[in-house]
Amino acid sequence: MENSVNENDYSHIKGWGVDADPTNEPTHPMKKYTGDDHNRINWVRPELQPVTVEVLHSNERPNVTAVFGTVAPPSGLSGAIRRYAFKYSESSYGHWLPLLLADRVNVVEGIFDDFKRGHIPNILAEKGWKAELKHNPKGLAQKVFVTAFVTAAAITWLRRK
Amino acid sequence: MLAMNYRGPFRVRADQKPYPEILHPNDAIVRVTRSCICGSDLHLYHGLVPDTRVGTTFGHEFIGIVEEIGPSVTKLKVGDNVLVPFNIACGQCAFCKQELYGNCHESNPQATAVGGIFGYSHTAGGFDGGQAEYVRVPYADVGPTIIPADMDPDDAVLLTDVVPTGYQAAEMGGIKKGDTVVVFGAGPVGIMAAKCAWLFGAGRVIIIDHLEYRLEFARNYAQCEAYNFRSLEDPVLFIKKTTDWFGADVCIDAVGGDAAGSAMQTITGRKMMLQAGSATALHWAINSVKKGGIVSIVGVYGPTDNLVPIGNVVNKGITIRANQASVKRLLPRLIEHIQAGRLDPKGIITHRIPLEEVADAYHIFSAKLDNCIKPILIPPTAVFNKGGQTSWKIQ
Ligand SMILES: NC(=O)c1ccc[n+]([C@@H]2O[C@H](COP(=O)([O-])OP(=O)(O)OC[C@H]3O[C@@H](n4cnc5c(N)ncnc54)[C@H](O)[C@@H]3O)[C@@H](O)[C@H]2O)c1
Ligand SMILES: [Zn+2]
Ligand SMILES: [Zn+2]
Repeated sequence: MENSVNENDYSHIKGWGVDADPTNEPTHPMKKYTGDDHNRINWVRPELQPVTVEVLHSNERPNVTAVFGTVAPPSGLSGAIRRYAFKYSESSYGHWLPLLLADRVNVVEGIFDDFKRGHIPNILAEKGWKAELKHNPKGLAQKVFVTAFVTAAAITWLRRK
Repeated sequence: MLAMNYRGPFRVRADQKPYPEILHPNDAIVRVTRSCICGSDLHLYHGLVPDTRVGTTFGHEFIGIVEEIGPSVTKLKVGDNVLVPFNIACGQCAFCKQELYGNCHESNPQATAVGGIFGYSHTAGGFDGGQAEYVRVPYADVGPTIIPADMDPDDAVLLTDVVPTGYQAAEMGGIKKGDTVVVFGAGPVGIMAAKCAWLFGAGRVIIIDHLEYRLEFARNYAQCEAYNFRSLEDPVLFIKKTTDWFGADVCIDAVGGDAAGSAMQTITGRKMMLQAGSATALHWAINSVKKGGIVSIVGVYGPTDNLVPIGNVVNKGITIRANQASVKRLLPRLIEHIQAGRLDPKGIITHRIPLEEVADAYHIFSAKLDNCIKPILIPPTAVFNKGGQTSWKIQ
């Protein structure tokens, strides 16, 4: 059977809307109810930002939004994974899990990029070890000790084999 | 220009990046004078938010001076001192028209479930953020608000997120005079929520965390009760007991996906990422609220799903209210509260760190070192001009 579309005519439903109360909105008071939700195709879109880089958009909307960020457009292997992810809706694991994977791949790409630019990333500094040394020297010593111990144990174990 | 640069989970640095450009007629470029690191940034920093791309700049809490404006900007002029709400909002879509500025439909192509947010991954629009010397601010006629001349810039920067979020957390709780309100999380947001709960007439405000220094701070700053969940055998049971076995009238989740307190949630949510962060605080909130009570969520979770006792939501008839704060909607009232001395946002700032040391700042805030509550970053070009005088220093 076809679904019927009523074009805002509910006269056949007795009592339709008699208890409607705009202030009884589940999002009240966050939302100032104006009924604009139902006027959604009539509003004027803001002026559109020209698309100058590749912008992926959710397949739950028809187009890119009027403004968007242009930083770090998809590139390389992580970019390919992101493009694939955007074939799936925001409701699907097919969207989010590949994006998380792409993020991890992107970290490796980032290290290569640094090298390409002649920059050797100081990973300890990036992790804020200076602050750790200053404010948590015990914790830092513990971490260094545990790492050294595990490494030494692993080496000994490998040598024995 | 100098900007924070994300390199991967737990790895950030300050780097030179190109000066931002006007890309849309209603854009402005703002020279940042202060920016904060937020608990929300920690979810990015910990690698929990999908589509967080290497090379991007975080920072959604900042104030600054308008440096350049696009041709269609009418409400700002070069030289204005502005605070910039963390939500990027067009002001004319169906959602913005109803003051849901955190849910704008024209600011984030990558996801429909969240509006655009400065420096908050491509899942929130792919915009660079304000932990930099300069930042591109879209819809300059909508979000940015001129800072009142008599307002302390430290108060202003907290009006971009923490104060409205804490206030909205309390507001969404639908607090009735005399209500017992339990706030999970004594971070900046939870502390502010506890403080604001009184403004709505709460009869009793209880804050729960496991960091003693934060509990101590909250007790003084928000004049509330504060309890350490590590020393309570079971926080839910504790709340039941202390409310005559009824449950709290209102519970607020101001923790989000980085919650501690349950090994099962931590392992599945934060370590293995089988859920969108750990939902311990939300779980506790649902189970500690009374039947027919309200759970207000401002804690941030990822976009997939979480393990929460939804059956209890049904059986107890709980109302859940949640959102990204609608900063612009709340600003006028909050400015009044600050001017009347009812709120003192700057009182939560504990650290001022030069932008150059952003890696240390993130680590301090993430690892909760040095009794940190709220750190702010000062870019090298920052000079806050008040009556023609340079009126601030890095302490
Ligand atoms: N909805 C919004 O508009 C909005 C805006 C800003 C921040 N947030 C979110 O609010 C949350 C808090 O932000 P913040 O800046 O205060 O962060 P924060 O990390 O400084 O504070 C979180 C606090 O929660 C505590 N905590 C951890 N597990 C807990 C548990 N099980 N029970 C109680 N407390 C627990 C931590 O010890 C910490 O003190 C974050 O999730 C952030 O993303 C939301
Ligand atoms: Zn924030
Ligand atoms: Zn909008």
